[in-house]
Amino acid sequence: MFKKLIVLCMMIFLPGCGYNTLQSGDENVKAAWAEVLNQYQRRADLVPNLVNVVKGYAAHEKDVLTEVTEARAKVGSIQATPELVDDEQAFQKFIAAQGQMTSAISRLLAVAENYPQLKADGLFRDLQAQLEGTENRITVARNRFIAAVKEYNVTVRSFPTNLTAMMFGHKAKPSFTVENEQAISKPPMVDFGAPAPAGGR
Amino acid sequence: MKPVVFTYARYGLGIFLLLCCAATWAMVGVPELSRRVTDLTGTLNAEQVSSLENKLAAFEAQKGSQIAVLIVPTTQPKDIAEFGIEVADLWQIGRKGVDDGVILIVAKDDRKMRLEVGYGLEGVIPDAVAKRVIAETITPRFQQGDFLGGIDAGVTQLMKLIEGEALPSPTENSGEKLSETSFMFILIGGLIAGLALSVVMGRFMGGMLAGLGSGMVAALVMGLAFSAALFIGLMVFFIVGVRSTGGRGWSSGGGFGGSSGGGSWGGGGGRFGGGGASGSW
Repeated sequence: MFKKLIVLCMMIFLPGCGYNTLQSGDENVKAAWAEVLNQYQRRADLVPNLVNVVKGYAAHEKDVLTEVTEARAKVGSIQATPELVDDEQAFQKFIAAQGQMTSAISRLLAVAENYPQLKADGLFRDLQAQLEGTENRITVARNRFIAAVKEYNVTVRSFPTNLTAMMFGHKAKPSFTVENEQAISKPPMVDFGAPAPAGGR
Repeated sequence: MKPVVFTYARYGLGIFLLLCCAATWAMVGVPELSRRVTDLTGTLNAEQVSSLENKLAAFEAQKGSQIAVLIVPTTQPKDIAEFGIEVADLWQIGRKGVDDGVILIVAKDDRKMRLEVGYGLEGVIPDAVAKRVIAETITPRFQQGDFLGGIDAGVTQLMKLIEGEALPSPTENSGEKLSETSFMFILIGGLIAGLALSVVMGRFMGGMLAGLGSGMVAALVMGLAFSAALFIGLMVFFIVGVRSTGGRGWSSGGGFGGSSGGGSWGGGGGRFGGGGASGSW
């Protein structure tokens, strides 16, 4: 009798306490995160091909090539699981590794600008377009993830749903911040004195 | 007296500011979708727009995929990719579940363009192919100032690409399901309306009116086949007017607002994930 009463009470009160909102929010965050992982994986899959093509024309640009390869290895070594969203530290590590990869790739592409033959290569152009598209997909996926986490965290933190969240162990989830915060906060350096690294003839 | 006037003035100022906000928002925001080709720059004349639209409409009727073209002066302060995904999210070009929409966005003063490709077409128009359509088909024509030619050639190439993909045929996915639900919808609506009418003006007249009405609605508004409309009309008439047994106080009238199609065109609920390519000329 009492059990039935408790079940009845829960049935009435839990939806009102935002239990269902929490659940669906949690699921949305997971789905958005899966898409982020998916797109990062897609980028990681493209990198070896890119490195190979660049090697064909600019094998002596060892610094940049090894940098990209190392970043790729580091990204691959981190277990990218859906549970990463619930672990703040692992999440930050993952983000840092991906950030490194982003800058390594952009440096590689910048170096490629100095090789007209490489730029004219059809395979390189296709890879470049795919990378561009993937970076854009990552941006979109990240924005959707940020929106999903925001919605979820608002539910977790606001009254009275925070009580329900506490009871069932739902914590606020980490989200993306501006990746290159330090780079942005530094004033840009303009130096006209230095000679052009390449291309001058 | 003075405070009251003051308050009114404040309200007025507030509304004025709000309107200003709305105006500026409208300038940088995503334009509303009402047709397949939206030209906010006046680059194409009415005839060119409608010929492009007819082409896109014919393609949608045949293959089911939706293609939209948007020409804006500028996307500033946003990047064209950021603007593109906003447009895509808002317009939802492409069929729901199939996600087979493509949007070509041209920012004329920025000299930039972008192809947004829906999830369902990412296989047949991968980013590299989208980039090639931009770089090899559209860009050379834009460089010569031939905007119509560039857009037309680009759209034609996209159509050819989509042709190669096995997508659900246009009727199979949306058409049948729609007519099935609307059939039940009108039948039930007609019965309720008929019962309500029969209370007011008697069974026979009420049934006849409701039968005629629901038949007309079925044929003209929902676009059902004539035989289906006739069937609905007769069903309603017989159930309400001739055989009606329950004439109790049904006070709830019809009163469902019909979904207004009104010649305006919209996206079918397709989703986008940022696939496609950007380019400049």
